[in-house]
Amino acid sequence: MTTRRRPAAEPLLWLLFSAGGMIAALLVPILLFLFGVAFPLDLLTPPDHAHLLAVLRNPITRLVLFGLCALALFHWAHRFRYTLYDGLQLKRFSVVIILFCYGGAVVGSIISAYLLLTVG
Amino acid sequence: MADEITLEVVRYRPELRIEPVVQSYQVPLREHWAILDGLTYIKDHLDGTLSFRWSCRMGICGSCGMTVNGDPQLTCATFLTDYAPGPVRVEPLRNFPVIRDLVVDIGDFMDKLPTVKPWVIRDVDSPVEEGEYLQTPEELDEYKQFSMCINCMLCYSACPVYALEPHFLGPAAIALAQRYNLDSRDEGASEREDILSSPEGIWACTFVGECSAACPKDVDPAAAIQRYKLTAATQAIKNFLLPRGAR
Repeated sequence: MTTRRRPAAEPLLWLLFSAGGMIAALLVPILLFLFGVAFPLDLLTPPDHAHLLAVLRNPITRLVLFGLCALALFHWAHRFRYTLYDGLQLKRFSVVIILFCYGGAVVGSIISAYLLLTVG
Repeated sequence: MADEITLEVVRYRPELRIEPVVQSYQVPLREHWAILDGLTYIKDHLDGTLSFRWSCRMGICGSCGMTVNGDPQLTCATFLTDYAPGPVRVEPLRNFPVIRDLVVDIGDFMDKLPTVKPWVIRDVDSPVEEGEYLQTPEELDEYKQFSMCINCMLCYSACPVYALEPHFLGPAAIALAQRYNLDSRDEGASEREDILSSPEGIWACTFVGECSAACPKDVDPAAAIQRYKLTAATQAIKNFLLPRGAR
């Protein structure tokens, strides 16, 4: 109990992790059910391509999907960082792990933003 | 039902041997006997040199925590019949230094506990003549679950983070801090903030959840820690965004 240094980034990273877990848990099962099960098996009538594209072009859809992608990536980054730290006992490589995990999440978020903006 | 069950007890007597050894004892398998009754039988009838801690025998004192067949348990609340036909392996609590046989050194926890100030803190104490600090049942419900902790340290034994990071404040101490933070009579949350929000406090927890699975009193320390993470993260954002006076 010697160090009392306050980790400046940890609360923010945890908030992103927490929000990512929540939004992924709420939205991913619905998306998987619709596009992975219900539409391919004809349980529900799928919307046609033009309809889907129109939905995707709506800025709110883009914003929600970007939020889902980015936050889910930060959720992964935080969880994977500690999996490597504790699960694989690699804490001595923490700088590399932090760069890989959160850097990966940033790069992934940029790619998702690019794809969402350029689609259609 | 068989008449007897085998207890495989891990013994450590540093004056005899440096390494722990397993010693097997046959004890009567009775319907209402807990593991602790089996150990007491060994102590009274088979081997008086066996050392273990116990006090109340009714799940209140938190003294008799041990590792039973690999899981942290209160031995007074864990019954022999649940492990029939046996054998049952009884080991000291994990993640603590062993002093002798089943007795562990709890000094680390005892040092950490007071750092979270687990008592009601008031800015100004009212005189006794003014009577009690009143509380509604709803206000009681806010913290009651966390007040059920009996300091048995099963959560520390179960926590993989504590095993890796001995500086981690740990589940029970944080749950007890929350027990007072959430108490309407308490005004000491800011005094607990530094230690709770430190790297050795809540941020060391990776939410494995084994503490809550092990807790014999359903305190759910993992929930206490996650709740405080939200409090601390919100406070950190406020500290960053708002001027000092408005926080």
